[in-house]
Amino acid sequence: MTHHVLDMPVNEQQARALHAGDTLTLNQTLFGIRDATLIEMFDRGRTTRFNLKGHAVLHTAPNVRKVDPRPGNSSGYEPLCIGTTTSMRMERFTKPLMQRDGVRLIIGKGGMGPATLEAFKEFGGAYLAVVGGAAALETTWIDTIEEVDMDDLHPESLWKFRIKDFGPLLVTMDSHGQSLHADVNAEAASRRAAVLAGIGST
Amino acid sequence: MQLDIKEVEELSKTLYIRALKLLPNDIKQGFERLLMEETNATGKTILGTMVENIAVAERTKNLLCQDTGIPIYNITIGRHVEFDGAAMKEAIRRGCERATKEHPLRSSVVHPVTRKNEQTSCGAGIPVIHVDFDEREETVEIEMIPKGSGSENGSFLQMLIPADGVAAVKRFVIDKVIECGGRVCPPTIVGVGVGGTSDLCMHLAKIAATRPLGTTCADPEGAKIEAQLSEAVNQLGIGPQGLGGRATSFRVHVEVAATHITMNPVAVNIQCHSARRANAIITPGGIAFE
Repeated sequence: MTHHVLDMPVNEQQARALHAGDTLTLNQTLFGIRDATLIEMFDRGRTTRFNLKGHAVLHTAPNVRKVDPRPGNSSGYEPLCIGTTTSMRMERFTKPLMQRDGVRLIIGKGGMGPATLEAFKEFGGAYLAVVGGAAALETTWIDTIEEVDMDDLHPESLWKFRIKDFGPLLVTMDSHGQSLHADVNAEAASRRAAVLAGIGST
Repeated sequence: MQLDIKEVEELSKTLYIRALKLLPNDIKQGFERLLMEETNATGKTILGTMVENIAVAERTKNLLCQDTGIPIYNITIGRHVEFDGAAMKEAIRRGCERATKEHPLRSSVVHPVTRKNEQTSCGAGIPVIHVDFDEREETVEIEMIPKGSGSENGSFLQMLIPADGVAAVKRFVIDKVIECGGRVCPPTIVGVGVGGTSDLCMHLAKIAATRPLGTTCADPEGAKIEAQLSEAVNQLGIGPQGLGGRATSFRVHVEVAATHITMNPVAVNIQCHSARRANAIITPGGIAFE
């Protein structure tokens, strides 16, 4: 169990050095992405002007307020409440996101499935779990919304955040085939019969 | 009492924002209980972060969770209240829309086919508005629930048959809790509907999921299932955020309705740990918040 502090973006070696059970804190840049953004990118072939290579994406769609664009913050938005959404819906997009756009780290809640674990193994990446529903806290880790792309999908736009000490996050899926989510699910399945017997529902 | 429509609009706006920022006391107390009972180190840390988040939201006057949810308004009208029902529903919708624009809040509502977001938190049939009546003299209660989608996606209905018995009802609940794992943002309140028609059964599950902690099913048989399942789900080891531990759920809540001789329906609707709701009671004396 190691605590890592990473300045984004990272390379393959840094991503493969992460192991399930490690914790980490991120700095610099983080991208926000979710269902509609990914559907647009991979089912409709739309590309982004952002370079996502080596970066982390957060499964999110934020609450924002419109402000006047200024240097260092051309997005015209300031963050109000930024949290994390359930990742599993976006399972089929992890592989293309890593393969086509070079994304290394996925930040989300609830974990992802076998296709994602396989992509992490193949390309070198990891899943970092945020405590879902703790968005007021998560918002304090975000400095500004620097830029936004695909804002016609608002709030499911592609967001570029400037972050400071984003975390602690827990590595729950790594490039070595381990998933803490799968471990817990297997444990729950193994307890099922005894639990059902206890309530007369065998 | 004459129901003031302008007041309904203002309350619909205020209650949406209030629900998103202040967690009800019964849920806060529920966290304290779960923290005391949790033995898993990761689970304890996660519960601690959730409690810290509640304090940060209050201190920074921020939303607890980014998910502004699907807005639901439950209106309960007492005796001797005069009101224009159509105007009341319009006022609720306006209040919901104003909360979204004036705060501002993320509009999380889209057309189901085009996926177009009107940026108002409203759309066809949304906000969900339920109107019911009770015995209270000159009283109108407005309850607002911003129902988060992570847990709303943990909704299931099964039209079991009488031969399956109550054993299958309980098995269905356990299997759905296992299936949902960490995706529904545990610790949860598992809402279970037993009986009724298919739509009533699902509605019962929602009532159960959004009922305050510390309340019990009025039906003694329902209360029995509630107690059994509450103990059982916390033996599965799913834990906070599905990363292991005891605290899979605050509680399982059951609501029952009579059903047909050929039927044995069961529904599950899950509420995440950010179990947000806010209500206000209007009487001739003024407005009181819970």
